[in-house]
Amino acid sequence: MKNAVWKQLYAFIQKEFYHVFRDRKTLLMLFGIPIAQVLLFGFVLSNEIKNSKIVVCDYAKDYASQEIIRKIEASKYFNVQKATLTHDQIEASLRSGDIKMAVIFPADFYSDLSHLNKAQIQVIADASDPNTATTLSNYLTSIINDYQAEALAQTKKPYSIIPQVKMLYNPELLGAPNFVPGVMALVLMLICAMMTAVAIVKEKEMGTMEILLVSPLKPYLVIIAKTIPYLLISLLNLAAILLMSVFLLNLAIKGSVILLFAESTLFIISCLALGLLISVGSTSQMSAMMTSQMSLMLPTMMLTGFMFPIENMPFWMQGISYIVPSRYYYTIVKAVMLEGLGFTAIWRETLVLAGITLVLVVINVRSFKIRLA
Amino acid sequence: MSNIAIQADKLTKRFDDFTAVDAITFDVRQGEIFGFVGANGAGKTTAMRILCGLSIPTSGTATVAGFDVYKDAEKIKKNIGYMSQKFSLYEDLTVMENITFYAGIYGLSNQEIKDRGAELLTRLGIEHEAKTFVASLPLGWKQKLAFSVAVIHRPKIVFLDEPTGGVDPVTRRQFWDLIYEAADRGITVFVTTHYMDEAEYCNRVSVMVDGRIDAFDTPANLKKKFSVESMNEVFYQLARGAKRKAD
Repeated sequence: MKNAVWKQLYAFIQKEFYHVFRDRKTLLMLFGIPIAQVLLFGFVLSNEIKNSKIVVCDYAKDYASQEIIRKIEASKYFNVQKATLTHDQIEASLRSGDIKMAVIFPADFYSDLSHLNKAQIQVIADASDPNTATTLSNYLTSIINDYQAEALAQTKKPYSIIPQVKMLYNPELLGAPNFVPGVMALVLMLICAMMTAVAIVKEKEMGTMEILLVSPLKPYLVIIAKTIPYLLISLLNLAAILLMSVFLLNLAIKGSVILLFAESTLFIISCLALGLLISVGSTSQMSAMMTSQMSLMLPTMMLTGFMFPIENMPFWMQGISYIVPSRYYYTIVKAVMLEGLGFTAIWRETLVLAGITLVLVVINVRSFKIRLA
Repeated sequence: MSNIAIQADKLTKRFDDFTAVDAITFDVRQGEIFGFVGANGAGKTTAMRILCGLSIPTSGTATVAGFDVYKDAEKIKKNIGYMSQKFSLYEDLTVMENITFYAGIYGLSNQEIKDRGAELLTRLGIEHEAKTFVASLPLGWKQKLAFSVAVIHRPKIVFLDEPTGGVDPVTRRQFWDLIYEAADRGITVFVTTHYMDEAEYCNRVSVMVDGRIDAFDTPANLKKKFSVESMNEVFYQLARGAKRKAD
């Protein structure tokens, strides 16, 4: 009897893999999307701004201004062009978009600094894109602060006001550390939930579901056979994302890889359960896809905290975020992968995630019975 | 076991205040080709779903292959085959992969799958198509293949839900040759159809109108009873009184 069940399961899973590997669109979604997401979020969509064109007008041409300019040039954030432009010329260059920012050292820069203990640098930024302008002026401020600190150390000048701009949580302003756990949640959600929902609804659409229900296959076997291929593919994808983060984004995995995979498996099961739930309510592959995107992908992007901080959201929205499994998974991955924490630090999130998963599985088992009545 | 394959007594299925199947009583003998005829919406599919163990009746009794539809749905499933109007093969699988899959979920051994698969292909004359994707087969072949797959585990009864929709008369005739062959091997065939020429091929026919069975006999007796030349006219006379709109 046991043997028969394994045989049924084997025949079914084999069939599922045929479906997956024969449909180019599915294959592309399964393996193309994770790679594209990691590359997109890791490189293209990063928050940091590199090689911004700026113009430096040095009217001082003294020791201090040269030193600061050298530092600006050495920074990877700026692509410096030196010229002595008039204000009108600077404005024209900003307006045409040739440069993002202009830095102007007045003629008496060093003498002001050494005699008055106070010197001015004019910074004109193109604030039509306020985020970029703020980020660039922050970069510049920190370079100047850096110089001041050095100069101070040498001259031992007792007083000077140093504006401190701190970049909290991600001091190097790197995009990748925050995006990778988010991408992991997103990709796993996409593959597990959406692909499972679509795969099951496809059987309904094609009329093959009825055949399966009329066959002696137990309903739970249908569910297991339908989900196992996606579980395996998801784990494979997870490995691919981690390898890409380590070797392409130079992001080390600080915590235990085994713990990471164990937690991911838990999250994957919750996603599979969500996919099954969507398949119950959908009658066409299209609607399954739309439902998955609206009810799973969007919350994963918006309400997990990887794109927008949850603390800044309206109260009711924060409430919704508590039932989004990705939120907990994101926290867990960040803790294990970026901070190198162990299970003791994430047992609460794990417990909640396990609870959500259990509820989803129970709902599924019940609704599957209703379908058969 | 007696020679009765399916027995239904006052079988009823209600959905809220709508009675889809209204106290139908009939029996199907073993090895018989039983035609289940009715307009769309007459309740054929609902009745068939009950007999296949997919749906639980509201009242009445029924046994399929000697098993009770209330208690032994699982045992019923092991003893029946099923083919639906949307023919039930996977288009992105080859002919042999489809055979292997269906035989596999019915628990056939590898040797059985190999032997019966080869036998099936020979009978249909498509040995050279074993590795062809089902999607590229003509519709008539797909339907014949779907039927052969539905009986690969040698069930006692096979249920066919409007199996010949959308094919030409010649292919339909060939399909019925397969049905006769199966009946000769002792498989009871329960077939729903709204092609009245097909009703003529059956040993006995029941005509459903508004959830009831309004006529139940051999085609010859039915024609005599209604004093008409064809099953088509029998059906017209009965269906004219229908109150339900086909949907």
